[in-house]
Amino acid sequence: MDTFAALAHGMAVAVQPMNLLYALIGVFLGTAVGVLPGIGPALTVALLLPVTYKLDPGGSLIMFAGIYYGGMYGGSTTAILINTPGESASMATALEGNKMAKAGRGGPALATSAIGSFVAGTIATIGLAFLAPWLVDFAVRFGPEDYFALMCVAFVTVSATFGDSPIRGLTSLFIGLTLGLVGIDKLTGQARLAFGVPELLDGVEVTTLAVGLFAVGEALYVASRRHHTEEKLEPVRGSLWMTKEDWKRSWKPWLRGTMFGFPIGALPAGGAEIPTFLSYSTEKRLTKHPEEFGKGAIEGVAGPEAANNASAAGTLVPLLTLGLPTSATAAMMLAGFQQYGLNPGPLLFAERPDLVWGLIASLFIANCMLLVLNLPLVGLWVRLLAIPQPWLYAGILVFATMGTIAAKPSVVELSMLAGFGVLGFLMRRFDFPIAPVVVGLILGPIAESQLRRALAISLGDPMTLLQSPISATLLGIALVALLAPFVLKGMGRFKANED
Amino acid sequence: MRQTINDVRKSLENTRMFQFPARLVGAAVALTLAAATPAFAQQLELKLMAPAAPGGGWDQTARSMQQALVASGVARSVQVTNVPGAGGSVGIAQFVNGAKGDGNQLMVNGFVMVGALAMNKSPVTLEQVTPIARLTEEIQVIVVPANSPIKTAQDLAAAVKADIAKVTFAGGSAGGVDHVMAALFAGAVGADAKKINYIPFSGGGESLAAILGGKVTAGISGLSEYEGQIKSGKLRAIGVTSEKRIAGSDIPTFKEQGIDLVIANWRSVVAPPGITPEQRKTLSDAVEKMVKSDAWKEILKQKGWEDAYLGGDAFADFLKKETVRVTDVLKSVGLVKS
Repeated sequence: MDTFAALAHGMAVAVQPMNLLYALIGVFLGTAVGVLPGIGPALTVALLLPVTYKLDPGGSLIMFAGIYYGGMYGGSTTAILINTPGESASMATALEGNKMAKAGRGGPALATSAIGSFVAGTIATIGLAFLAPWLVDFAVRFGPEDYFALMCVAFVTVSATFGDSPIRGLTSLFIGLTLGLVGIDKLTGQARLAFGVPELLDGVEVTTLAVGLFAVGEALYVASRRHHTEEKLEPVRGSLWMTKEDWKRSWKPWLRGTMFGFPIGALPAGGAEIPTFLSYSTEKRLTKHPEEFGKGAIEGVAGPEAANNASAAGTLVPLLTLGLPTSATAAMMLAGFQQYGLNPGPLLFAERPDLVWGLIASLFIANCMLLVLNLPLVGLWVRLLAIPQPWLYAGILVFATMGTIAAKPSVVELSMLAGFGVLGFLMRRFDFPIAPVVVGLILGPIAESQLRRALAISLGDPMTLLQSPISATLLGIALVALLAPFVLKGMGRFKANED
Repeated sequence: MRQTINDVRKSLENTRMFQFPARLVGAAVALTLAAATPAFAQQLELKLMAPAAPGGGWDQTARSMQQALVASGVARSVQVTNVPGAGGSVGIAQFVNGAKGDGNQLMVNGFVMVGALAMNKSPVTLEQVTPIARLTEEIQVIVVPANSPIKTAQDLAAAVKADIAKVTFAGGSAGGVDHVMAALFAGAVGADAKKINYIPFSGGGESLAAILGGKVTAGISGLSEYEGQIKSGKLRAIGVTSEKRIAGSDIPTFKEQGIDLVIANWRSVVAPPGITPEQRKTLSDAVEKMVKSDAWKEILKQKGWEDAYLGGDAFADFLKKETVRVTDVLKSVGLVKS
């Protein structure tokens, strides 16, 4: 009951005209930077911090939250339309979304992602308001061994999902894992595979890899095919909006995506990428239209999009209750709190309820604004696809290069982008799935350092992985997921023999 | 984007304003006139590098300096550039090679860079830059979960002496100030610093979760980072690393508890190599003026940074001593191969 009263009070704070304006500026900026690959919400908040310090704390924090949510929306637009994920969390969206766009179903893809983001964002924000204190207790109990087990689940489900042949999928995954080794080893501080290049010491940037493989690789591939077959791109086929069938196929993935995104986002080392991959794998498994996956299945857009927005709200749980920033953007928002002398943490709810609940309420409002801002734009966005192919892909190359340069102005970074582009082209040419490379780069280093942390804490005793109930359960799930296909296949054969 | 626009604007202004063959002349003239006409001092146009991504401590220091330098009228314009990478190794390499002899450039750095350069076997060292001043420092703290049997620094010392491998310390990245501090603590209580079980986490957030969840024995971080948890009683602070007790705080220092452990996460500003003594003086004076300005004091209060201004040769000495101390510690824990 207290929560309701507090939330109502927060609403009153959030709907003040000035705060509404801040929220609007925030979502607008967020969408804009989400569209540019490389420039993420974290960078934007960082650049805005000195500008906003004269504003009142409530207003600027509301704006930052708007940027955060907006970034998650914007990233998916380019992922769907031009196969260039603006954020690593939109990578899973690009897989099916871009196929849909090429089949003339860009409208429904954008719509399901916008509405899915809205649904997930709203549910997750409710979760933030009501479950935060309980959820954070659970999240803190997650130790390194539990994270490692979670990574195992992700590896098993994801590597089984992508590509037609497991060997090709695993090959891609190992390329990614190798790239993940580049840079300073977090636990011992020693450089690995950096070949004396200082820029490589921080490792390979996920967005550089994703943009290189997806966007540059695709541009090269399209250029190489041009004289073989003229690929016809239809900007719109059928309805621009979602049909009844689309709605029916979307709502369950939205909810399931939220269920992945929110709790994993709330984990201090959860992140936004893992839930999108898990959601994609789940939808691929549960779908009634498996033949459409890989060719543009709406479930594969709806689920991951819901998951990445829900995780954005999840991130705010540890930030507000513990002062624990679990993503780059959250860390910047923490800096935002601190510049007003506020310390997020257990005391913030008690000391500044108006601020906390105002922020939560404005998340609802930002969500509604984003929906209003994005749905009318769908018609405009899909026209991008009507641009003649050579122009469109040249534009994509410029765009990808600009984003990379803006994020890290260095020749090495740009060379890597080009190198990954060639890699992406070759992988496409020889039918290797590209997504597992990025998955390997993201998950590999996390899995490695969590496992080594767990072992350092247990003084090298591997049994620690089974002694924690969370870890044991997750490892059990991973084992089942790994063996189930083989067992089912075997049973199928057994049955066939009986007949 | 903003950076590019600034670049263009600045290069235009440069061509307009500094047609002299050597900029040195301009700086020397500025110096002689600075005392007489304060308005001329405002012609100072600085380029300030934060050798880190936007948002971190160095970036915030650089942007705060930008704000204070301009607000207090010490400089007419200050342009902040970010060159992230490898604990500042990428930034300092670019700074030393690209800004050599340029009296209008500065770079922010700090404790972490000392360790990073040693560990990355960087060809560029801090001996090559021209020290200007230490600006701020953050006091470090050791915390334990509220339900831990460890109540004081001596309890922790006893645990470390009993079996050092079983005491797990959580903190920031390997070779950073937290790691160095764990090794210094072990050394100060008479244990073998080589054997510390230090578990690096990326960022304070993740390590905080591990401490609150009781996964590790103790946590090390900057005091401000854990202040909220300490006040709310979720974490117990067993000691801070300042020389004297912080005013108004009930957390004892390690020194009070008989453990000789004084360390701080300092941040400073340096100039490129090869500048003239006049140029060095201009920059030192500008920084000193900024430190004394109200704008800077206001920022320090806001960010919770301690004023640790130390200028001139005293800072150069400090930098040398700190480099020796950190490198020794990193060698002793095996992070730097001697």
